[in-house]
Amino acid sequence: MNQGIYVENLDAYFGKLQVLHSITVHIPHGEVTALIGPSGCGKTTFLRTLNRMHELAKDARVSGKVVVDGMDIYESGVDPVLVRRKIGMVFQKPNPFPTMSIYDNVVAGLKLTGRHSKKYLDEVVESTLKQAALWDEVKDDLHKSGASLSGGQQQRLCIARTLAVNPEVILMDEPASALDPISTAKIEELIFELKEKYTIVIVTHNMQQAARVSDKTAFFYLGELVEYSDTRDMFTRPKKKQTEDYITGRFG
Amino acid sequence: MVDLENWKKSVTMIVWFKGEGFSYWRRKITSGFFTAVFSLSVVVVLLPLAFILGYLVYKGASSVNLNFFLHRPAPVGEPGGGMGNAIVGSFYVVGIASIIGIPIGLLGGIFLGEFPHSKLSTLTRFVADVLNGTPSIVMGVFAYTIIVLPMKSFSALAGGFALGIMMIPIILRTTDEILQTVPISLREASLALGVPYWRTVLSVVLRSAKSGIVTGILLSVARILGETAPLLFTSFNNAFFSYKLFEPISTLPVQIFNYAISPYEDWHRQAWAGALVLVGVILCVNLIVRVFFRQKFEQSS
Repeated sequence: MNQGIYVENLDAYFGKLQVLHSITVHIPHGEVTALIGPSGCGKTTFLRTLNRMHELAKDARVSGKVVVDGMDIYESGVDPVLVRRKIGMVFQKPNPFPTMSIYDNVVAGLKLTGRHSKKYLDEVVESTLKQAALWDEVKDDLHKSGASLSGGQQQRLCIARTLAVNPEVILMDEPASALDPISTAKIEELIFELKEKYTIVIVTHNMQQAARVSDKTAFFYLGELVEYSDTRDMFTRPKKKQTEDYITGRFG
Repeated sequence: MVDLENWKKSVTMIVWFKGEGFSYWRRKITSGFFTAVFSLSVVVVLLPLAFILGYLVYKGASSVNLNFFLHRPAPVGEPGGGMGNAIVGSFYVVGIASIIGIPIGLLGGIFLGEFPHSKLSTLTRFVADVLNGTPSIVMGVFAYTIIVLPMKSFSALAGGFALGIMMIPIILRTTDEILQTVPISLREASLALGVPYWRTVLSVVLRSAKSGIVTGILLSVARILGETAPLLFTSFNNAFFSYKLFEPISTLPVQIFNYAISPYEDWHRQAWAGALVLVGVILCVNLIVRVFFRQKFEQSS
């Protein structure tokens, strides 16, 4: 079985500082995997190695293998631009393009990478905004600025924008941490629906959120993957002492 | 002047705070003193500007008429005549300068803004700052040496070249600084969609920095519009309307300079009028930047 993401002996560095130590994990296709751990443990770095965003930082390096659907994305000759089209990303702070309308925000990834008919773009806008549960709120204001929406709506717009380029994997870096509880609930609901079609990896600081939305959970500590198992198992009978201490709130 | 209510309040306050009374008044007086010093400084800054503008209008306004804009200079003693050729010439030379200065400044600025920490950027930034502080007459000498001397003729091209070189560091640095204020999250949003880097710079980064960059360009135009020294021995002067690249051309600042040092009364009047028009144009460019682009900034924030 080739599906899903296979990570093998992945090390990541910022200059001389090693932030990830030999991570090996299989992230299954069509499920939600949560990455938890205290600040600075490397979970965001790990997420960013999965679509080659890590290397954008100054002096950042990676070694090891990340195989997505049978393809090692770090093999020489692989174009990171194409990798990122297949593996989308939603960021912690909603970051719609401030100079673009809602419509243009959604199709930005398509418009900036090729030519498409107006009809196709219209369809994409409607279907992805519906998938992102934003259509009913914005369908009459598609030509308003994306920056005019509320924080929660902006984040759903960013999710729609990610869906529009038709990725196979969606990476989410604390997508709800800047949002109020109601918007957070909407995003979580959305994640639950999206996993039907996409493999989702989500970083979260919120243990309840991890327990609510994910099927698998990975606990990172000091750049190492301490424990990785079914979410239910992790939160009911963690195998490692460190995991138990963290999820029961004894540190972190 | 005596505000009885306030006075009563102050007295009550002294009674309330007992021992604090002295330090309270000292604080109040110090504060008042420094507020006065700062306000005075602002007035001192504004006064010369108001005085210059007022004096220009007083001396020059009577000679500014339609003829002034349409006609070339008349010989001494003859009535009429204007600076039409110099006004056209100024825009012509600034146009040449823009063709040289804007693309180089803009492209270089994009490089600095996108690779702010590379060694080349640090070096370029330093050189640009030095160039920015170089006296403008040095630019004139430079243009004189590499264009006027080999071609054996003063020319509009040489003047435009000297001014263009002056524009480069201004545009370079403003573009650089504005691009660096575009948040990384915006670039990452675009890159994460699988948009190539060049397209991200073009369609996302530059698009959000557009009004700031245009402001920088317009301010650099306003800056060089009034330059005299680099033009004295590059574009020189011309008594006629000229649109030729390789011939001397008249410009407002040089024409003002020549008229101002002449011994004739009516030329002096023309010089005042020219100065008024020049300052007026520069003021207009600055106002356009203020009014038009400030609105843009407010909309986007």
